[in-house]
Amino acid sequence: MLTVKDCRQALILGLWFMFLTFPILVIKVNPVEKTVVWRWPNMLWVGGVSACVYLLSRVFLARRAARQERIRLGLEKESKGLNLAVFRQPKVCLPLLGGVALFFLAFPALFSTYQLNIMITALMYVVLGLGLNIVVGVAGLLDLGYVAFYAVGAYSYALLHLHFGIGFWTALPIGGLLGALFGLLLGFPVLRLRGDYLAIVTLGFGEIIRLVLENWGEFSQGPSGISNIARPGFFGLEMSLDGSITYLYYLMIGMVLFTIFVVNRLQDSRIGRAWYALREDDIACQAMGVDKTRTKLAAFALGAAWAGMAGVFFAAKTTYVNPASFTFLESAIILCIVVLGGMGSIVGVIVGTLVLILLPEYLRALADYRMLAFGAVLVVMMVFRPQGIVSTVRRTYTLHR
Amino acid sequence: MHPLLTVSALTMDFGGIRALDHLDLRIHPGEIAALIGPNGAGKTTFFNCLTGIYAPTSGDLLLTPPDQPPRRLNGLKPNRITEQGLARTFQNIRLFHNMTVLENVMIGRHCRTRAKILGAIFRTPATIREEKAIVGMSLALLERIGLADQANEFAKNLPYGAQRRLEIARALATEPLLLLLDEPAAGMNPQETLELDELITSMKNDGLAILLIEHDMKLVMSLSDHIFVMDYGRKIAEGTPEQVRHNPAVIKAYLGEETDHA
Repeated sequence: MLTVKDCRQALILGLWFMFLTFPILVIKVNPVEKTVVWRWPNMLWVGGVSACVYLLSRVFLARRAARQERIRLGLEKESKGLNLAVFRQPKVCLPLLGGVALFFLAFPALFSTYQLNIMITALMYVVLGLGLNIVVGVAGLLDLGYVAFYAVGAYSYALLHLHFGIGFWTALPIGGLLGALFGLLLGFPVLRLRGDYLAIVTLGFGEIIRLVLENWGEFSQGPSGISNIARPGFFGLEMSLDGSITYLYYLMIGMVLFTIFVVNRLQDSRIGRAWYALREDDIACQAMGVDKTRTKLAAFALGAAWAGMAGVFFAAKTTYVNPASFTFLESAIILCIVVLGGMGSIVGVIVGTLVLILLPEYLRALADYRMLAFGAVLVVMMVFRPQGIVSTVRRTYTLHR
Repeated sequence: MHPLLTVSALTMDFGGIRALDHLDLRIHPGEIAALIGPNGAGKTTFFNCLTGIYAPTSGDLLLTPPDQPPRRLNGLKPNRITEQGLARTFQNIRLFHNMTVLENVMIGRHCRTRAKILGAIFRTPATIREEKAIVGMSLALLERIGLADQANEFAKNLPYGAQRRLEIARALATEPLLLLLDEPAAGMNPQETLELDELITSMKNDGLAILLIEHDMKLVMSLSDHIFVMDYGRKIAEGTPEQVRHNPAVIKAYLGEETDHA
């Protein structure tokens, strides 16, 4: 399976990586004692591992090419993403869903408050991911400034609470509406843009919102942020700190379920189809009578509304907001969740969140290499599974004749 | 009888280039009209003006639905023109490749249905009824073009001829008064062309008016009631297939080079 050429390539690649990492991994200069330590074993490790990884990827790609050839010849059936058909049978699906539901219901009882906080964060990213999924995954509009709407939601609750003492439950719909409004505000000027151009403008929009929040001190209290935001109340009941976190956790579960419900219904509707069609070919889509303007704006507004609501949850969870929470990195992470999980797929977004939010939390020991791992994972994904971990399954209709 | 579509003095300039030069034509209800001409004569430009992709420089496009006053189409957005009753296919197929065959047709129903976001979320009885009607009508159209068995396939997996037919079905789903076909037979094998011929004839029998751009002279001559010939953005001749075939200007401009086809 491996040719001499592959081995030669692996050797060259290993040498190249040894050369590249030589200054960082081999030479260690200690300026205090004025010594230089040469760590030669590191060099061998780098060379060996990179050559092995290269050979493994060659084997993998060769096998995949062979499989595609067999599919082409009709000897084998094409598998679409992870084989989810098994999970669709009620016999497997119901106990599995029940198990997952039980796990999430019992989560606060089983784990510490620390774990609970991590899980709340993860659930928030699920909501954000599902919201962005409408814009990027379904309607195909690359939005790099999604965090702006998240900030709008968070600050709308923070400011309303600060100035008018408005509670969480009133702020939640207001945050959603304001998010949608800002989605429309962004949507109008970028209606004509596509692809890279759209990405640049949305990126700029995200930064504008953050910079305004940072510099307009009278309005947002600038970089020092707004503190003492109330946690969600429950009919005026006094709760301990742990109690209110547990309560927030269940609220977040409810929010995720609500989001899944809405996104799922939207995808299977007239407007959802129009979004998919717009992603596929916007000229044909318009020629078939779909109003491009309205459809795009609806996608922007709905996606932003969810970010706004997630923002309100964020403000309520941390009880403190400042502009540093809404950097471009956040947008990038949410986008990674959608791309990694599988564009347009609800299960994909959830899996993507678990991978990108929970894994780094539990692998704190490797925190220094987090961004490195992020990049590596994305590159590997784009090479081997460009459609994401879970690929979209189009709805099929049973045919009545 | 009133013409369904009246095009008068339609002109389209791209900078200094006049792609369409005072084009006049009329299409009557229920007839198959063909637009022919050498490459670069401005046929597709005309289609793009007609369907709102380009805004014409001057001239008028009037659509007169049966028993209704004429409506001016100039400057309307493509989706509004589709709502008025013009539907088109594309020279190079533009299906939604990663959607199913059925969904492709269902998109065509978009402008004739009205379910909104809230309706979709709450699944009101009206929305459910509408969805059922969309699926029903789309399936019926697929039956008609013989693709009902592949309804749940991805559009990209269909053979070439079937993709062309699917584009026609998608256009039919918008309930057009006039169907515009841009080189429907391009790249088809003789068997596929024959099936297309039958499909177009059956649509005509349903009373639909059709305007087609086509290079396959055999198909054009056998199908059309009326032929318009264009060259350099101008109409150089029109008439029945018989008249056009013997028109010296046409022979000079176009058919002269392809006598063995005509």
